[in-house]
Amino acid sequence: MNTPASMHDRAAQPRTAFPAAPALGDVLPPMRVRTGVAGFAYRYPTMAIGLVLLALMLLIAIFAPYLGTVDPTALAPAKRTREPSAEFWFGSDAFGRDVYSRVLYGARVSLAVGFAVAILASLIGLLIGTVSGFVRALDGVVMRVMDGLMSIPPILLAIALMALTRASVQNVILAITIAEIPRVARLVRGVVLSLREQPYVDAAIAAGTSTPVIILRHILPNTIAPLTVQATYICGSAMIIESILSFIGAGTPPIIPSWGNIMADGRTLWQVKPYIIVFPAIFLSMTVLAVNLLGDGLRDALDPRMAKRV
Amino acid sequence: MSAAPLLEVRNQTKHFPMQTGLFGRVSAKVHAVNGVSFTVDRGETVAIVGESGCGKSTVGKAILRLFDLTDGEVLLDGRRIDNLPTRVLRPLRRKVQVVFQDPFSSLNPRLRVRDILAEPIRNFGLASSSQDLERRLVSLMEKVRLPVDSLGRWPHEFSGGQRQRIGIARALAAEPDLIICDEAVSALDVSVKAQIINLLQDLQRELGLALLFISHDLAIVEHISQRIIVMYLGRIVEQADKRTLFLSPSHPYTEALLSAVPVPDPTVASRRIILTGDVPSPVKPPSGCFFHTRCPHAEARCRAEVPALVEVAPRQFAACHLRAAMALPAP
Repeated sequence: MNTPASMHDRAAQPRTAFPAAPALGDVLPPMRVRTGVAGFAYRYPTMAIGLVLLALMLLIAIFAPYLGTVDPTALAPAKRTREPSAEFWFGSDAFGRDVYSRVLYGARVSLAVGFAVAILASLIGLLIGTVSGFVRALDGVVMRVMDGLMSIPPILLAIALMALTRASVQNVILAITIAEIPRVARLVRGVVLSLREQPYVDAAIAAGTSTPVIILRHILPNTIAPLTVQATYICGSAMIIESILSFIGAGTPPIIPSWGNIMADGRTLWQVKPYIIVFPAIFLSMTVLAVNLLGDGLRDALDPRMAKRV
Repeated sequence: MSAAPLLEVRNQTKHFPMQTGLFGRVSAKVHAVNGVSFTVDRGETVAIVGESGCGKSTVGKAILRLFDLTDGEVLLDGRRIDNLPTRVLRPLRRKVQVVFQDPFSSLNPRLRVRDILAEPIRNFGLASSSQDLERRLVSLMEKVRLPVDSLGRWPHEFSGGQRQRIGIARALAAEPDLIICDEAVSALDVSVKAQIINLLQDLQRELGLALLFISHDLAIVEHISQRIIVMYLGRIVEQADKRTLFLSPSHPYTEALLSAVPVPDPTVASRRIILTGDVPSPVKPPSGCFFHTRCPHAEARCRAEVPALVEVAPRQFAACHLRAAMALPAP
């Protein structure tokens, strides 16, 4: 019950002054925005794992000579098919070569092939896809050729192409690139076709922008996100195709240690000496997994519709 | 004799081919626009109204030469522009600019506002120096009532209404004589819609712009425009001054369209004319008057003959056989 005094107090206050709302206690705990490497790993865990694994593989490939390896091609007939030990960390193969050294040097071939194919196939596919998307007269012919190439499984196509040439790392890269181009070209064409219908492209035409500038300013920058994602998947697929080619003897020349070659060498002994095949297989799986995780992470990160955690 | 109108469209026709099969054989045509003629004078606001798919956006895009016409002519300041090679046309594009419906897809997400607005200025060589360019950019931001620091930001940092202002600024950057507003406010909230409409009207007064306002929203059209063109299935069915059209519509379709506008007064008995059936397909438009399949007054003649657009009253044109014969009840 209000006493007259308190009513008087209230009336004495200036009429315009409203009492300030009391400070509310924080209902939510203060939000901590993670920054730096920790923030990145928290927001994009798949990409972080993929990047770490891939960086590890890159370091291994670059610093292979300094990681306690010996000459990967050095034969030691007296020390054939040794179990993993202090001398041969991953054992030795049928010619007494150190599997550890061979696997580490093999990372060079796999990564070189993976990255080279990803970059080459993306660039050539981007060119073909853009031309196809913009020049209607060529579209039908170009895309039918791409369909034709895509109807052949990439591994078969790569084997056929390798059969035409001498075994070398360059030829492996070229063969896999040709097999992967149609996928990129098709993706880019689709993106270009949808982008050129965008109102901002129409507005640019109305603003007097010439067609080459429209492609450079308004079309190509918007193809980069899907193209990057596709390139990582191609990188992983190229590594696997390289290993398959080498495994069946149609890829990297046997003198060069690549994961496929090492596995091919160990295949006759795999029931008695499984380590010759297991170690390169683990490295191959981990690397392809890393690349695919990176691709998945990129796809999510580059999609603006995906809400990002802070 | 008065000077040539700013924009004149003569017998504009656009058919889109539908390709099927392996060799892209043209199996059918979408009759998007059929023989549309009208003019827009300097500083005037003309509205094109009609339901979805009646070809009103195609009319605007064809004026912008985003595609070639099937038939007809587009004249700008008395000069034919629809048959010019792109190289010759490009400098003339400055005079006609466009604001699109969707404020999200009409700005390139990979360009900052500054680069979006500088594009037409650079293309048409409007700025004499980099200081002049900067001054123009700042003045554009002021014209569309956006803070100047928006220039350095990305499109995704803005709301729909703000993005539409950026779209208007881009259109203004070219210093046009005519802006085609293709459903420019349809995607916005009512309050934002009003702001953008007022902004357009202010700018029009300030800069003497002509507006070709393409819309399906009769309330907005009534507010902004001086002359109204009603389209149905790619043809103009009626064209009149705003007051005439709203007070005494001549064409049965216009009548039905106007009766669909809600009246915010419960005491007024609504005399809604409900049309039966759907809009016929523009792939196979009906014979004669395109509206005869849904017209409550249709006769045998309507099914056979295409009605011409005739002046039924001073400055009021309608394409209806019955207009002369039958006195349509005035609302």
